[in-house]
This record gives sequence, C-alpha cells and structure tokens, in this order.
Amino acid sequence: MLNRGYYDRFGGAFIPEILVPTFDELEQAFNDAQADPAFWQEYVELMSTYSCRATPLTRCDNLTGHFGGAQIYIKREDLNHTGAHKANNVMGQGLLTKRMGKTRVIAETGAGQHGVATATMAAKFGFDCTIYMGELDVERQRPNVFWMERMGAEVIPVTDGSRILKDAINEAFRDWVTNMDNTHYVLGTACGPHPFPTMVSWFQSIIGKEAREQILEAHGKLPRRAYACVGGGSNAMGLFSGFFDDPEVELVGVEAGGRGHGIGEHASRLAYDDASIGIAQGYKTYFLQDEDGQMQDTHSVSAGLDYVGVSPILASLHDNGRVRFEAATDKEVVEAMELTVRREGLIPALESSHGFVQAFKEVGDLDPQDAIIINQSGRADKDIFTVADAVKDPKWEEFIIAKAEEYRKHA
Amino acid sequence: MPENKLEQYIRQRREHKDLLLMTHIVLGYPSFDDSLRVVESMVEAGVDLMELQIPFSEPMADGPVILKANSDALSHGARVEKSFELAEQIVQRFDIPFVFMTYYNILFRHGVEKFVDEMAAIGIQGAIIPDLPPEEGEEYLAAMQRHDMAPIHIFTPNSSDERMQLLSERSAGMIYAVARKGVTGKETTFSDDLGDYLARCRAATSLPLALGFGVKSHDDLDFIRGKADIAVVGSETIRVLERDGVDGVAPFIEALQA
Repeated sequence: MLNRGYYDRFGGAFIPEILVPTFDELEQAFNDAQADPAFWQEYVELMSTYSCRATPLTRCDNLTGHFGGAQIYIKREDLNHTGAHKANNVMGQGLLTKRMGKTRVIAETGAGQHGVATATMAAKFGFDCTIYMGELDVERQRPNVFWMERMGAEVIPVTDGSRILKDAINEAFRDWVTNMDNTHYVLGTACGPHPFPTMVSWFQSIIGKEAREQILEAHGKLPRRAYACVGGGSNAMGLFSGFFDDPEVELVGVEAGGRGHGIGEHASRLAYDDASIGIAQGYKTYFLQDEDGQMQDTHSVSAGLDYVGVSPILASLHDNGRVRFEAATDKEVVEAMELTVRREGLIPALESSHGFVQAFKEVGDLDPQDAIIINQSGRADKDIFTVADAVKDPKWEEFIIAKAEEYRKHA
Repeated sequence: MPENKLEQYIRQRREHKDLLLMTHIVLGYPSFDDSLRVVESMVEAGVDLMELQIPFSEPMADGPVILKANSDALSHGARVEKSFELAEQIVQRFDIPFVFMTYYNILFRHGVEKFVDEMAAIGIQGAIIPDLPPEEGEEYLAAMQRHDMAPIHIFTPNSSDERMQLLSERSAGMIYAVARKGVTGKETTFSDDLGDYLARCRAATSLPLALGFGVKSHDDLDFIRGKADIAVVGSETIRVLERDGVDGVAPFIEALQA
C-alpha cells in the first residue's frame, strides 16, 4: 500500500486484501492528476461548460434585514447541474476513471443527489453505471430514482442492515471487490479509505476557492464565519478548505440533530456526545456505535445527512478545534428552509438547511460590518414529498390523491 | 522461528490426511445453543479445524448468506462477551483448533491487546481479520506474536508475488487464499487458472495453505487436493443449516469428505 492517509489519528485504509492493488492504482492516478496542472484546468473547463461553475455567491438582504447583524451570503452549489455540490466530486472522479481506462462506475447514494450526479456523469462519459441505494431512501427519494433510471443507471435497492446510506456503501464495496478490473467506485463523500477523503475534498475545494475570491470581491474582506451542513462532510470540506489558512474565519459544521440527543434519534457524530472512535467502511473516525462496536441506527429528516460516520478530516478538525460543530433538529431545519424560501426565493435542500439553522441562530449577534457565508449545497426540488408532509400542505395532498386515482384508472 | 502451535497441528494432521477441512460458523447463529450443536456435529463428522465468526454489523467482505447470519445473530442479542463465553465452552469441549474471524472494529472497541489476551486465555489459536491489512495491524500483530497465536492473512488472485511474500512474513499458522474475487458464498469456477494461482500461492509461502470462497462439494475438494493443505467450507454449511437444520450438517460434512 502506497500511503495510509492519516489525519491525526483518523483515516487510514482498512481495506480487504483483494482491493489493495485497486487502491494503489487509484492513489497513483490521483497523485498524477494532482501533479498535472492540465488536469485541474480540464476539470474547471468541464465544470464551467457542463455544470454551472463558478456558482454565484448571493447576497441575501431580506434575510439580513430579518435577523439584523452580519450580512448573509449564500454560496449557490444548488445551481450545479443536477442540483447539488455532488457534481463537483463526480465529474472529477469521472475524469480519473477515464484516465484509469475503466468503463463502469458504481456509487452509493443516500438522498439520491450523488446517485443522480453519478448517473449523469456516466451518461456523458459513456460508462455503465450501477447505483446502490438503501431501500428506505428509495422510498423517500423517488424523484431521484426516476432520473437515475432514465439516464440508464441500474438502481439497486439495498435491503440489508438499516437500509440507508451506510448499507448502500457496504453493498457498493461488495460489488467493487468483484468487479474492480473494469469498475471504479465513485464514493460520494469525504469518507472511506484513503485516498477518498483527500480526493473528494480536493475536487470539492473548488467551492471554497471560488467563495473566498467572491466574498473578497463583494464584501471587501473575509467573512466572519462560514457555515455548512455535515453528513459525510464533502460540501463542508469544499467550502472550509478555502479558509483553512485564514484563522479569523470561524468554520461551523452543522450535523443532523434529528429528534435530539440519544442514540437512534439523530446523526450527530461530533456535535453530540453519543459517538465514539471506531473503524468501519474502511476508515477510522467517530461513529454512532455501541460498546461492542456495532453500528447503530441513525435518524434525520434529510436522507443525505443520515449517516453513521463522518469525514476523518473533519474528525481531526473537530479535535484540534479548527471547526466548531453544532446540530440542527428536524423541526428547526424545516422552519429555516421555509423562511429562506419565503424571504429570498431560494430553495435550500433539507440537508443544506441544517447550515442555515445555525447561521440564523447566531447571525443577529454579529457586527453589521461583518459577513457570513452559508453553503447551499443543494436544492430542495427532490425533497418536495418530505417537505410537503412536514408543512402539511393540503393542496399537495389533494394533487397526489388525484394523481393516484388517475394511475389507478389506467392500471 | 519455531513453528507456531497451529502450524504444528496442521502439519501433523496432514501426515495422516491429504486434505484438511476447515468450516465456518457465525457465533450466535441461528442461536447460541444451536451454534454449540453445529460445532459438535462438525467435529464428530471429522472437521479438522474451525473458524468462529464474531458477528459485526458491517461485514464488508461477506456475501449475502454470512451477512444475513451476522445480522440475525445481532438482532438476537449476540454481544461480544457472549461470543467469548461460547467460544470458551467450544474450545474446552472439542479437541480441534479454533480461530476467530471478525472485523477490526470488534477488536479495536474492546481494546486490541485485551482482545488478544482474552483470546489466548480461552485457547483460541489464531484470527482472520479481513479488513485489517498488515500496514494497519502493528498492535494486533505484536500482541498475537506475544501469545504465539496465528494472525492469518489473505492471499487473493490480485495479490502480486511481492505482496504475497509480505503477507506471509506477517502471518503464522497458515495462509488463507481466496479462490476468486468477490465476497463469500458466490460461485467459484475450479479451473486451470485457479490451479496456476494456487501454484503461485504455494511458491510465495512455506506456511500451510487454505483455500476458501465458493468451496462446497466433494468435487471441489478433489480439485484442491494436492494443491493446498486445507479446504475451507463457509457459506455452504450455513446454507445447509438453513435448509436442513442442525441435523443436516453432519451428513453434509461426511459427504464432502467421502
């Protein structure tokens, strides 16, 4: 093995022996790409013509007026093609897949955003594509499943374990240990064995690079704080990495507080005290597990944050204090989202709305001369069913019932 | 280096038998009582050594059959402590070597040294930890060596000769060669390619060689005979257990070796 990839005491590569040469090959390809300025250039070119980079930094005067305090800027990752920051990582790994000469990609997905992004990339590059998705997530994110299948991907519902994101990751690994010769596993977040945490963060660093330039341009100085939601941690790593060398910028990661404290009620590995250090899915980090090391159930209104582990890089930034971690509950998340929709006409995904909750709690205490950035990592179109249920929209319900009647008649 | 105890046993046993048989059970599946009865039938039917798997919630290297056995055992309350208690009873009652198979988090959470000390105390002779490459296993390997226990590493068709040598140097007791890519319990083609691979494994290590993954019939054992020292039958015994119950296990093992 070339490199063990540790961030303080977190990370590593706890992989089955059969994958050792595959990881060596991947690490080599990644190192070559990083050392080749033409690769990053090709990547930025692709993202600016196929997706929507640079994504804007939107100043939100109405929200700023509502809370008083610092000026609120929102980084618009929702404007990426396929509606989330996931495209950044996926297109980058797509270019690497081409370099390695592989013809098939597989991915896990929680909310379905990473699955849709991977299916899109596969369609564009001409790869075969299989997406593993927990059965529960298939149920709550049907619109994304619809698009993945339209784009030619095979979506396999995972019925093992707790039938969510972590189980989809296990299943993707089981595919990979069989098909590594022609297949690349496009892991969707800054987790997993080395080099994934570093590699995914590198592709996502495009967010922070742009945001830093944009805020200096718009506001004339660095922001006071930057907020991002944290599931696996890739959008947070993307935004935060732009400010790692700016100690005056406080970085705030917001996890899924679900229904509040207590194992099984949430997916907060760092903000709450329920997690402990362990090794699963090929890496060492804080996991929500029991004394024996068995992974426990998690809960969040947002499928994309409903994950038992967290990026080992963020775990080290938690322990050294560079990033502060908070949690937002399901209820707070829906409220923050509704407020943002109403005041600014922006539609942050339920995942992204976690970052909004914490920013809204604190922004009023900051100086009006200061600014904050919130990462709107994705858009909420995919969440329409979940949000409609949460806000109990009677007209939506009528619409769905009428639609169902219509299908029933044809059946 | 003096021969490890497990290696000695394998070599002595091989003097009388041209291919040894290792089987696999998941502790606590289908229940703790049944686990004990399954071991009993296997030993009586002539199994030479056994893997006892401590259940883990994320068994990444296992296929559907063993995956289900893991999660069923856990949902019936299989705690690590209980696995140790059962393993101790098994070791005391049956006169063949037993090794643990589990994932690294189980050791890590328990405390790696403490785990290995306790394994030694109850008489377990070795361990297979499929998600612990030797690069990450320093503490584990040192503890295993202190007790003269066998850390068993895995050869795969993708392993280079150089990698095999490194794995062999870090192992004791035996080497576990997987017959193919993929997870446990899927079809394996017993072909010339497999023969060539086994010859490569044989050349890379002087330790006894076990072959597993997809081994399930008398014919498979005939193929392996002469190419490896031990045949490993894992998922298939669990399938037999599911289909025919505990009473089906002994006839299956006897038929394999007939």
